[in-house]
Order: sequence, then structure tokens, then C-alpha cells
Amino acid sequence: MFSFEGFLDLPLIWYGLIGTALFLYVLLDGFDLGLGILFPFAPSDKCRDRMMNSIAPFWDGNETWLVLSGGGLFAAFPLAYAILMPAFYIPVILMLLGLIFRGVAFEFRFKATGRSRRIWDYAFHFGSLAASFMQGMILGAFVRGVEVEGRSFAGGAFDWLNAYSVMTGVAVVFGYALLGATWLVMKTDGITQDWARKCASYVLGYVGLFLGIVSISMPVMNADVRALWFSLPNLFYLLPVPLLTASLFVMIWRDLHRGREVRPFLMSIGVFLMGYIGLGISLWPWLIPFEITFRHAAATPTSQSLLLVGTAIMLPLVLTYTAFCYYLFRGKASHESAY
Amino acid sequence: MIESLDPVLLARIQFAFTISFHIVFPAFTIGLASWLAVLEWRWLATGNPVYAEVYRMWVKIFAVTFGMGVVSGVVMSFQFGTNWSVFSDKVGNVLGPLLGYEVLTAFFLEASFLGVMLFGWNRVSPRMHFTATLIVAGGTLVSAFWILSADSWMQTPTGFRVAEDGLFYPTNWLEVIFNPSFAYRFVHMVTAAYLTTAFVVGGIGAFYLWRGLHVKHARVMFGMAMIMAVSVAPLQLLLGDRHGLNTLEHQPAKVSAMEGLWETQEGAPLLLFGWPDQEGETTRYALEIPKLSSLILTHDLDGEVKGLKEWPGDERPPVAWVFWSFRVMVGIGMLMILTGLAAIGLFLRKRLFDTRWFQYLCMAMTPTGFVAVLAGWFVTEIGRQPYIVYGAMRTEEAVSPVMGTSIALSLAAFILTYGFVFGAGSYYILRLIGKGPDAEEAPYGAHGVKDPPLVTRLVSKEGDQDV
Ligand code: HDD
Ligand code: HEM
Ligand code: HEM
Repeated sequence: MFSFEGFLDLPLIWYGLIGTALFLYVLLDGFDLGLGILFPFAPSDKCRDRMMNSIAPFWDGNETWLVLSGGGLFAAFPLAYAILMPAFYIPVILMLLGLIFRGVAFEFRFKATGRSRRIWDYAFHFGSLAASFMQGMILGAFVRGVEVEGRSFAGGAFDWLNAYSVMTGVAVVFGYALLGATWLVMKTDGITQDWARKCASYVLGYVGLFLGIVSISMPVMNADVRALWFSLPNLFYLLPVPLLTASLFVMIWRDLHRGREVRPFLMSIGVFLMGYIGLGISLWPWLIPFEITFRHAAATPTSQSLLLVGTAIMLPLVLTYTAFCYYLFRGKASHESAY
Repeated sequence: MIESLDPVLLARIQFAFTISFHIVFPAFTIGLASWLAVLEWRWLATGNPVYAEVYRMWVKIFAVTFGMGVVSGVVMSFQFGTNWSVFSDKVGNVLGPLLGYEVLTAFFLEASFLGVMLFGWNRVSPRMHFTATLIVAGGTLVSAFWILSADSWMQTPTGFRVAEDGLFYPTNWLEVIFNPSFAYRFVHMVTAAYLTTAFVVGGIGAFYLWRGLHVKHARVMFGMAMIMAVSVAPLQLLLGDRHGLNTLEHQPAKVSAMEGLWETQEGAPLLLFGWPDQEGETTRYALEIPKLSSLILTHDLDGEVKGLKEWPGDERPPVAWVFWSFRVMVGIGMLMILTGLAAIGLFLRKRLFDTRWFQYLCMAMTPTGFVAVLAGWFVTEIGRQPYIVYGAMRTEEAVSPVMGTSIALSLAAFILTYGFVFGAGSYYILRLIGKGPDAEEAPYGAHGVKDPPLVTRLVSKEGDQDV
């Protein structure tokens, strides 16, 4: 059986690839979901139409990164997939139900007339909210660790539910709202943009607060993480992460007040990137925190090799035509119905 | 009550429920996407606006169906882990890459170009738009390729070994992907999707003709659907027969269950109807045609056909389900062939478009494709029981360490959600059908995004005004 094991560090490559796919999901679907979170607070129905239109051509592609993260995990680290899914059974199902409601709202909302349109407005909002909140809770439960025995999950049905995961759930909701609001600043004008700008600067404060709590709680909760960040030479290498994050916050705030349109969105992505890097450093090399490393969970080399061939060919292509689609639908969204 | 909730049974019901909902949408979108590509091609080639108007009506229905296919499909990609985590762990090395390839080669393609297809009318040239339609249609076929390869591997696993640690390791990728039942299943399923679509489109066309609405458009729909019925329905019988013979070679117990035969015998009869009795090990009230089974399966009137008693009781699939689902599917297949024959007859007498009874028949046939697809999958999947990977891993060994209560509650949530959401979706589709094609209307998604489009030369600018 063919395999690149001899000259490539396959598990490491796949760890990086899955991490990248998940990050792209968080960014791309993040602003979609964020839009849904802000949806009912928009000043008018016209604004809401405009919000929908600004993401209608993209949301499906964005959600596909989630399928790639899940499918990729199954392919490259089946053990981790097999442990994490039962561990997060309930939040995963709730997230899926949320995604169903928000996904169909795109099509149904434009078909519905009169009162029933409200139903899909709310389906869009609460679906996005539930999906985001559950993703945040899964994150919180994940970083605190999962109980494993042998090759399977050994904890209870509600292990994921605690004050900490509720906090991370709320944090992710605010984080996505920031992405959504800055996306709108970029993609709309007039009242929608003014409103989005206000939302963004309001949400920005909360994002900072939650990012602070998470950053402090990680080393407090876990001695290894503490040792990693606060031992001496490390501290100097790692210091740029929090410093850069802090300066990004200041710059976003300034840009929003100076009427910049594109930069706030790009810098919000920067904030997410920093948070993700920080998390990655803390959790290295665990795939299931403090139980199973990415090497231990790796699929057999020939499986990882086979999919790597496809990924090396397809991923650049996927990125190219994704970029093409964003380019094609560039410019400000209008409130006109798509029909 | 609570402690009697059996996780294996519940997990199976939940999987069967969600996949059965899911497959209904691909069965329609695979066919519809290809048909839309044909319509657009006819339009570009002839310039006849009727094709474009039919396209615009159906692309909206396509969009709604596709949306529902996506959301129910995303659920499926997590169900392997949530419901069958032990299975995922053990066969991940083999099946994981196939599903990974499906995402990389099909899902991204479909999702991205669907955006262009729906909202790109006056942002790209008609040629580019046609290309987008072609890409989406191709994407649905590629996606069927990979998922059916994975499913077929579970039916007829080859190219792997089971190591001491109980995990499955691939030994030959080509044997995994092109396993013995894959080609048959792929062709049969894609044909099924085309037939399903043809009968939906034909049924709606017949409805318009019957009511005297949108007659020009209805003739296009009805006529194209009948071409499919005439040419593809008999082909499906042939393909199904080949598929069955292949199954006889690799999964003989399944075929015995389809036939409802318990005793091994030479010159076995074909049971038209009957009531398979799993405990009594017999099929009651059987209505049989002597020797036909042997003829079909061995091409010899006195060939030997194995009965279910060849296998111990705990290795037999639930016979009644397989037996009846098979008859439903084949029955519908026969009806489709008859419809095609009738269409030829009427066409020769120049009465194809105005025969009342035939219009009623076609309207009645509208949903049958979906029923046949589901029945076919029931045969395939239930006939594989009690194995999840045929001959290599039993279903009850595959289930996740999750409480029965969690599965029961999530199953209830799925039933409620799917009932509501997909009920609403069907309602909107019916409304779109009620509205029919509209000659006056601006293209789908003409608005939506402001700012000058890049390519406007060839497209009218109507409806592009800013507000
Ligand atoms: C014969 C065809 C076929 C079969 C048997 C299945 N699917 Fe499917 N699936 C499709 C054909 C398809 C499709 C036609 O390609 C869809 C329909 C709408 C779409 O976006 O693609 C799709 C959508 C779709 C999506 C959403 C893709 C997106 O985000 O765009 C996922 C995740 C899955 N499927 C996963 C599955 C799984 C895990 C299955 C089995 C257990 C499965 N499908 C059976
Ligand atoms: C898309 C159409 C499909 C339908 C309608 C369908 C239907 C079913 C049904 C009815 C069952 C339950 C059988 C029983 O419990 O007796 C089942 C089980 C199952 N099927 Fe499918 N199936 C489909 C496709 C697939 C595909 C494509 C895969 C894999 C890639 C798959 C994998 C499974 C698994 C893992 C189970 C659970 C274990 C089992 O009970 O066999 N199915 N399916
Ligand atoms: C006309 C005569 C037909 C025959 C003899 C036939 C034969 C078969 C057989 C033997 C199987 C089981 C394969 C297995 O062992 O796993 C099957 C499966 C299936 N059939 Fe048919 N079939 C016919 C018509 C149809 C029609 C009209 C449709 C749908 C429009 C259809 C859709 C399916 C599907 C979706 C499956 C499951 C997937 C697969 O295994 O391909 N069939 N068919």
C-alpha cells in the first residue's frame, strides 16, 4: 500500500490541515451566524433583507468547511471523531438542529408572504443563536478535557454542561456577532451600515472581556498550560500573541469611529486568529485534551496519504473558486428581494 | 420504560429516519440538476425563451430542494460519529478517506457554484452561467459516486484486513473504492434519480396540460419527461436485474429474503405475493409462478436457489421488510415502463398531449419515484442486516456508548424538526408549482447585490436599478 510515511510527518500535516479547516469554518460561517444573531435587532425589514442578501450566495460554501472539518477528522483521526461525537452528543445534535433552521430560512424566507415570513426570521435568528452557543459550549467543554477509557468516551451525557462552558458559549456568540457586524459594515451602506457600526463597537467590548476571561482561566485551570505560558524563555516568545490582540482591539475601535469599511472586518479576523493561535499553543499536542495526542489518534498512514493526495490537488482549487465567488458577488448588498 | 430503551434499536431508527429523509432530496436534485443543464443548453442553442422560462421556474424548486438536501446531509455527516462511534473508530481507516473525497471533490463544488447558478444571472455571461449549471450537475454525480462507493463497501467489503486490534486496515484502495457491488449500485441509483425527476416533472406537466395552463411550457416538461420514461424505465429493469444477480453472488441471503424463499430448491418458484413469517420460517399465503425464480436468478428452469434456512436464525435479515420493499420497488418500475409504453402508443396516434386518462395517470405517478427509491434502499440496507459491514462487523457491535434516553430524545427532536421544516418546504414547492413559469419575471436573483456587475454585455439590465 502506498504511503508518504517515510518522508512526510503525516499526523502533523493533518493536525495542521484540520486545524486550518476548522478555523476557516469559524471565520466564514462565523460571520453568517453572527448576522443571524444580530438579525432581529436590525432597524427595519429592508435592512434585514439586505443582510440576508449579503450572505445568500456564500452560506452554503461556508458551512461546507464544517462538513470538511467533521469528515476530515473522521478520515485522518477516526479515534478522535469516535470519542468526541458521543461525548458531545447533545450539543452536537442541538447545533445541527440550529443549522437546519437557519439553513432553510434562506430559501423559505423569500418564499413566505405576510405573517409567515416572521417564522423564518425567527428560525434564522434562533437557529444561528443555538448553533453558535452550542459551538461555544463544545469548545469550553473540550478545553476542560473529556473522559476516555480505552478507545471510547467514558463520561456521562451531561459532562459538557457547566458554568465554564456556558461562559464560552456566550463568548462565541459575541465573537460571531462581532464578525457579523463588521462584515455588514463592509457589505452595506446607509442606515444598515450605521447600525452595524454601532453594534460592532458595542459587541467589541464584550469580546474583549470574554477573551480576557478565557485567556486567564486557561492557565489557572491547568498546571501544564500555566507552566507553558509563564516559564521564562517561553514568556518572551509568546508575549506577542496577547500584545498583538490588544492592539487589534484598539485599532478596530478607532477604525469604526473613523468610518473605515473594510479594515474592521479584516482585523476582527485577526482577533480570531490570535485567539485560535493562543488556544492552539495551550492545547498542543493534544487532540482530545489531556487524554489523546494527535499522533495517537492518527489514522493508518496509507489512509492519511490517500486523502492527502486529494487535498493537495483539491484544496487550492477550492480556495480559488471560493475566492472567485466572493469576487463575483463583491460590492454592497441591496435590500431588493432575490425574487 | 426508560431502562428498556435499547440504544442499538434507537440508533438504527434514528439513522434510518434521517437518511431516509436525506435521500429523498438528492434523488430529486441529482436528476433536476442534469435536466436544468439540458434546458439551459437547449435555450442557448435555440434561443427559444420557453426553455429559459421553464428553467427559471424549476431552478427555484431546485434551490428549495437543494437547501433541504444540504441541511439534512450535514446531519448525516455527524451521525456516523454520534450514533455509530465504534463503527467509525474501526472502519475509519477505510471509509474516512472516501467521505473526505466527497467533501473535497463534490460538496465545495456544488455549494460554490450553486451561488453563481442562483444569483449570478447578470453578473456572468450566459455561457459562464451554463458552465455553473453543468458544474453543479456534475457535482451531484461526483457526490453520489463517493457516498455510494462507501455504502457499497459496507455491502461487499474488499481490499481490507482486520488486524489483531480489531481495526480495519485498507490493503488495496482500488478494491475498496471499486468494490464488487459499487458499479451496479451507482448506475442503478443515478438512473433511479433521473426517473424520479422525470416522473415529477412529467406529473406537473400533465397537471398544467389538464388544467390548460402554461401550455407551451407544459409541453416541454411533459415531452421531455416522456422521453425519459420511454428510454430509461426499461433500462432500469435491465440494470436492476444485473444488480440482483451481482447481489446473488455476494450476498445470497439478501436475495433469498427478497424472494421470500426458505427452502433451498431446484426449479424455485417466483413468489408474487405472500406473508413472510420469520418465526415460522415460511412464507404464508404465497401466490407463486413455478420455476420463474430459478429462471431469473440462474437462467435455467431447474437451477438451484438457496433458501433462508441455509443460514442460522441470527444471520437472516428481517425478511418481510426486504420482501415487501422489493415488491414495491419492482412494481413501481413496471408501472413506469407501462407509462412509457402508453406514451409511445399515444405519440404514434398524435394524442400524447391531450389524452385525459393519460394525464391522470401521469399525475398519479408523480411521487412514485421517491417511493421506489426509498423501497430500494430498504431492500439494500435491511437486507444487509444483521451486519453493518457485511460478513465482517455486526450492527449491534457498532453503536456509540450513548444513553438510550439521549437517542430517544434527539430522535423525537429530529422527527418534530424534520416534520415542520420539510413540511414547510414541500408547501413552498407546491406554491411554486401553483404559480408556474412566468414569462414576465426577471431572472432569479436579478437583484440581491448592488454595484455594477462585471459582465453585462450579453444580459439585459432590466431590474438592476438601485433603490
Ligand atoms: C445518491 C446520492 C447520495 C446519497 C446516497 C447520500 N447523499 Fe448526501 N448529498 C447528495 C447525494 C447523496 C447530493 C445530491 O450531492 C447533495 C444533495 C444536496 C447537496 O448539496 O448535495 C447531498 C448533500 C449532502 C451534504 C451537504 C453538503 C453541503 O454542505 O453542500 C452532506 C454533508 C451529505 N450529503 C452527507 C451524506 C451522508 C453522510 C450520506 C450517507 C450516510 C449521504 N449524504 C447520502
Ligand atoms: C441514502 C439512502 C439510504 C437509505 C434510505 C438508507 C436506509 C437505511 C435503513 C432503513 C437502515 C436501517 C436498517 C435496519 O435497521 O434494519 C439503514 C442503516 C444504515 N445505513 Fe443506510 N440507507 C441509505 C444510505 C446509506 C449510506 C449511503 C450509508 C453509508 C455511507 C449508509 C449506512 C448505514 C448505516 C451505518 C446504518 C446503520 C446500521 C444498520 O442498521 O445497518 N446508509 N439505512
Ligand atoms: C424495474 C425493475 C427493478 C429491479 C429488478 C430492481 C432491482 C433492484 C435490486 C435487486 C436492488 C437491491 C440491490 C442490493 O442487493 O443491494 C435494488 C436496489 C435499489 N433500487 Fe431497484 N430495481 C428496479 C426498479 C427500480 C426503480 C424504478 C427505482 C427508482 C426509481 C429503483 C431504485 C432503487 C434504489 C434507490 C436501490 C438502492 C440502491 C442500490 O442498491 O442501487 N429501482 N434494485
